[in-house]
Amino acid sequence: MARARGTFNAVSHERHMHSDTDQLLRSILTDVLGLKSGQADAFAADTGLFGHLPELDSMAVAGLLTEMEDRLDIVIEDDEIDGELLESYGSLLAFAEAKRAES
Amino acid sequence: MTPAAWPCPLPGGTVEEYALAFDSRRLHRLLIVPALLDEANRMRRLTVDVMRRLDNAGIDSFLPDLPGTNESLQPLDLQTPESWIAAMEDAALHFAATHVLAIRGGALVAPAELPAWHYAPVKGAQILRQQIRARIVSAREAGVAETQDGLQQLALSRGIDLSGHRLGPEFVRQLQALVPRTGAQEIPQETLGGGGLWLRAEPDEDRAQADALAAILTIGIKA
Repeated sequence: MARARGTFNAVSHERHMHSDTDQLLRSILTDVLGLKSGQADAFAADTGLFGHLPELDSMAVAGLLTEMEDRLDIVIEDDEIDGELLESYGSLLAFAEAKRAES
Repeated sequence: MTPAAWPCPLPGGTVEEYALAFDSRRLHRLLIVPALLDEANRMRRLTVDVMRRLDNAGIDSFLPDLPGTNESLQPLDLQTPESWIAAMEDAALHFAATHVLAIRGGALVAPAELPAWHYAPVKGAQILRQQIRARIVSAREAGVAETQDGLQQLALSRGIDLSGHRLGPEFVRQLQALVPRTGAQEIPQETLGGGGLWLRAEPDEDRAQADALAAILTIGIKA
């Protein structure tokens, strides 16, 4: 996975940060959903998650969020967890990117 | 592989518990302390896959039920992590274990006296937080608002149901403070390759991970 090195180009660095979150989130979903390597690359912003994938039950969602905290180095409050957050890949990624920008 | 019974000491007296065993009275004998609560289901397949590989490598292994789980006749809500530690110590003696493997939260209740490996160990507080979070997500779907703090309080005063497991207040109090026992060699998930199977939404298997874990143990035990 390509990581931004150096900070001489702030714009490029920002872009890399985002794609890094995207990559990490796809790898977390790969682990949670037991996807084959590369399968998560097909997730688009409007790919449905909670409510669309029967295997993504409450325990799996809890595991997903805890793993996001670990790997993205963020803290997720339980009152931030709602149906909208997990509705699609795009909404989850936007949440993760906002959280990383905060920290 | 056969089921084996072992005498398990509990506060009310000794009871019979079961274990899965590969016992050919060999020199090397590994006690496996399973993952806890909900993770136990998702890690069972990998655990038994590792036992089969160790058997082929000439190592006996034993996977005891924690009292109150699996084939146990004991009520789960009367168990505590302390009673599980005592139970696993006695299982180690009964099966004459020479080594210990603890899986995930099993590291919290594993015998401390034998050479041990902790595979992807996890703190008690983290297990509790995630179990409570799963309950919050599930309650929210049903239109019921629950909070982490509120459920922790409830759990400590009256006990709590977490993903089908009825835990007593004393269990919760002890679990909150438990960290993996010291002196063991840690096997982080990265060394097996791939994602941890406890993360999976549904129980799954991974032969490559079972191969890797069994290889690490075989080399370590026979060294």
